[in-house]
Amino acid sequence: MAWKKSPDDGAGESNVTTYDILRSNQKDGLYVLIGGVTSGQEEFLDNSTKDGVKYYYKIKAMGKDGFSISSPSQAISSRAQWFDMNRIYIFIMSVILSCAILYFIFQAKAGKELFIRKIAGLDAVDDAVGRATEMGRKVIYIPGIHDMDDIQTIAGITILGRVAKLVAEYEAKLEVPVCRSMVMVACRETIKEAYLNAGRPDGYNDDMVHYLTDDQFAYAAACDGIFVRQKPAAIFLMGTFFAESLLLAETGNSVGAIQIAGTARPAQLPFFVAACDYTLIGEELFAASAYLSKDPKLLGSLKGQDIGKAVFILGILVGTILITFKILDIGFVFNIK
Amino acid sequence: MNFLGKLLGIDRRIIFLFVGVAVALPLCFPEVNLKIEITDSVKKVYDIVESLPEGSKVLIAFDYDPGSMPELQPMAESFIRHCIRKKLKMIIMGLWPQGSVQANLALEKVLREKEFEDIKLQEGVDWVNLGYTAGNEVVIERMGSNIKAVFAADHKGVKLENLSLMRGVRNFSNIDFVYNLSAGYPGTQEWVQFAVDKFGAKLGAGNTAVQAPLVSPYYPKRLLGLLGGMKGAAEYEFLMGFPATGVKYMFSQSVAHAVVCLFIIVGNVAFFLNKKKKRQGR
Amino acid sequence: MRRDVPIVITAVVGVIFLLSYFTPHPPLNVLHNSASDIVMIIAAFSILLGVLNLIRVNLDKVSKKKRDWPFSIVLIAGFLIMTIVGLFFSKGRNFMEFGTNFRYLYDNVYNPLSSTMFSILAFFIASASYRAFRARNLEATLLLVAAFVVMLGRVPIGYYLSSWIPAGFRLGDVATWIMDFPQTAGQRAIMIGIALGVASTSIRIILGLERTYLGGE
Repeated sequence: MAWKKSPDDGAGESNVTTYDILRSNQKDGLYVLIGGVTSGQEEFLDNSTKDGVKYYYKIKAMGKDGFSISSPSQAISSRAQWFDMNRIYIFIMSVILSCAILYFIFQAKAGKELFIRKIAGLDAVDDAVGRATEMGRKVIYIPGIHDMDDIQTIAGITILGRVAKLVAEYEAKLEVPVCRSMVMVACRETIKEAYLNAGRPDGYNDDMVHYLTDDQFAYAAACDGIFVRQKPAAIFLMGTFFAESLLLAETGNSVGAIQIAGTARPAQLPFFVAACDYTLIGEELFAASAYLSKDPKLLGSLKGQDIGKAVFILGILVGTILITFKILDIGFVFNIK
Repeated sequence: MNFLGKLLGIDRRIIFLFVGVAVALPLCFPEVNLKIEITDSVKKVYDIVESLPEGSKVLIAFDYDPGSMPELQPMAESFIRHCIRKKLKMIIMGLWPQGSVQANLALEKVLREKEFEDIKLQEGVDWVNLGYTAGNEVVIERMGSNIKAVFAADHKGVKLENLSLMRGVRNFSNIDFVYNLSAGYPGTQEWVQFAVDKFGAKLGAGNTAVQAPLVSPYYPKRLLGLLGGMKGAAEYEFLMGFPATGVKYMFSQSVAHAVVCLFIIVGNVAFFLNKKKKRQGR
Repeated sequence: MRRDVPIVITAVVGVIFLLSYFTPHPPLNVLHNSASDIVMIIAAFSILLGVLNLIRVNLDKVSKKKRDWPFSIVLIAGFLIMTIVGLFFSKGRNFMEFGTNFRYLYDNVYNPLSSTMFSILAFFIASASYRAFRARNLEATLLLVAAFVVMLGRVPIGYYLSSWIPAGFRLGDVATWIMDFPQTAGQRAIMIGIALGVASTSIRIILGLERTYLGGE
């Protein structure tokens, strides 16, 4: 609801301190305080209504020495929208992106060659696993410190599937210390399947994946201990990381391992870039699965993503020109409520 | 290996030693108080709290663990100090398990200060600690509709209906300001995406120095103010006129930064001299 | 069947959450809230799963005297001490209340250990910076200069080093400019890319194209 500020708001001896919002089910019934805003404000959002029930509102302007109350509003009732019009622009963008992705997936399925630029970090996966095989040392894979509800963890486990298949084919050793129990279960399934697909089901062992702790720094300490004692030849850090990113990467560097990292947490990227041999930046982590498998359907989705990015770039350029030269203020488009 | 080669591949333990001394030695000189420049983003949080009338409700979300205490605890203490001075009502909660514990530590420390010796704050009336609940951003989303659906009782098990502070507090529309102290996930980004974008809450935040750049794009439209790292804590203490841990440790941090810069200079000089030597050798 | 059921569940729940973002009308909002509650409950219960695995793996290491087995004893001992003290030695009070034995261990063992791990970052940043910040080329030089300015500009020493420079061009001002403009622009660009990557990956998962995380190809 919205109202006009009291004439005493910001001026006069009886300066307004707060606006109390009162609500009742009857026009002349008992009004109950449901919330308030500080002086200067002219809007309030009532989140506590029941759909279909009629409400009446009054605004009480409170001052130091007294108050004044508005007359009751008209009867208002809320109802759930079938579509939240505040999100129309997000919906339009989502539709454009989804259509672009689906279009390129169909194009790829129809046999069209799609160009994907080189991602150095992913090209180095083979070399990293090969190095581990030659040196007779382990490959350690860390799928981030988040749970399965994080898309980065899923991306990390997807890459783990590809890496595990390579490890199985090369007959190297793999260890996956995890931070969450559900991730442990998912990683086991993934690695088991990868070994099966590589024709080495006997090479798989449940203890390849083991849970350490949910605690961030205890997990980092445990992983650092594993790195220092076992001196792996290759370390993969793929998923969500926070402050422990540098602890892991720098320790991995100190034991001489080749490190390939990838995260979509921008704050951690500089640490990985400084301490690792290869870093997948942001969306490259999500592109990894498509890149490594070369599956046309997955590659098609990458191209669709690029269309989405092109739309964003165009929007930013056009918007910047419009606002800079005061042609049109299109800021209202991005007001998300 | 020549001297330049040794310098380029210096044992990292020597670097650690220098950094250790750079951090520890200034702590022996606690009387040194360096000038703190105030940034806009910190001043905004201060100004918002200053403008809140007595009795306003402030939700303080403690989303960090002891690992981030050195940066975030001074911010928490300063903010609580400010709230008590302004006689604001504090609703404390945490999306991290140790968050509400850190809150109690901060509150206990501030209440022991000389300025507040005679003030008898009552739990349930002047402040309430709702504790921790699992669910991350889902918790924030549910709080936007009904806080009591997520927190049925406070951290001691007292039902919210029996706490006078929580009467009339149904969701974010009944809260005048939300202040989030965050060290990662769930944290400020989730508070912006759910509390601000979905429910229009007024949000300010304090983040570790590593996290602050991640949330700075949200400032100033969706995030009304931002304190970053120990410098942010020091700035807030300076604005409060109460130099404490943050200001004290800035000397240490300054020297440590200078030592790191010196090492970078040494490393680059060695790099270029070595490069020149190799070219001459050819 | 084993893999098809999870894919169907993923698709259905994914679509419900997607639609409920745009459609707050029942029954979608009811389904969304129920699913959110389920996530919270599962998150709480899954902790038990991990703890049992942790104990089993470490007991196995100790019993078979595998490599580094003494560390497993330390882990099991630490786990048992914290659990038993918290459950049985709180004298009827909340285990985290001031004065309980658990709180003593938390304040004097857990807190310092956690803070120590975090503080190691300061040392690692120094060694990583020494190794990484070399002016090998133009981009590396730009990175080096920016790091210098921000490191000095964000602490009081920057003010003392550059107080003679006119206001607006001092280290602190330049550092703030770097954080407010190039850094924010870069962060936003990366965040846009990530958002698109997340959307694309989510569509692939909902459509069942991406199955590796379930153990499929």
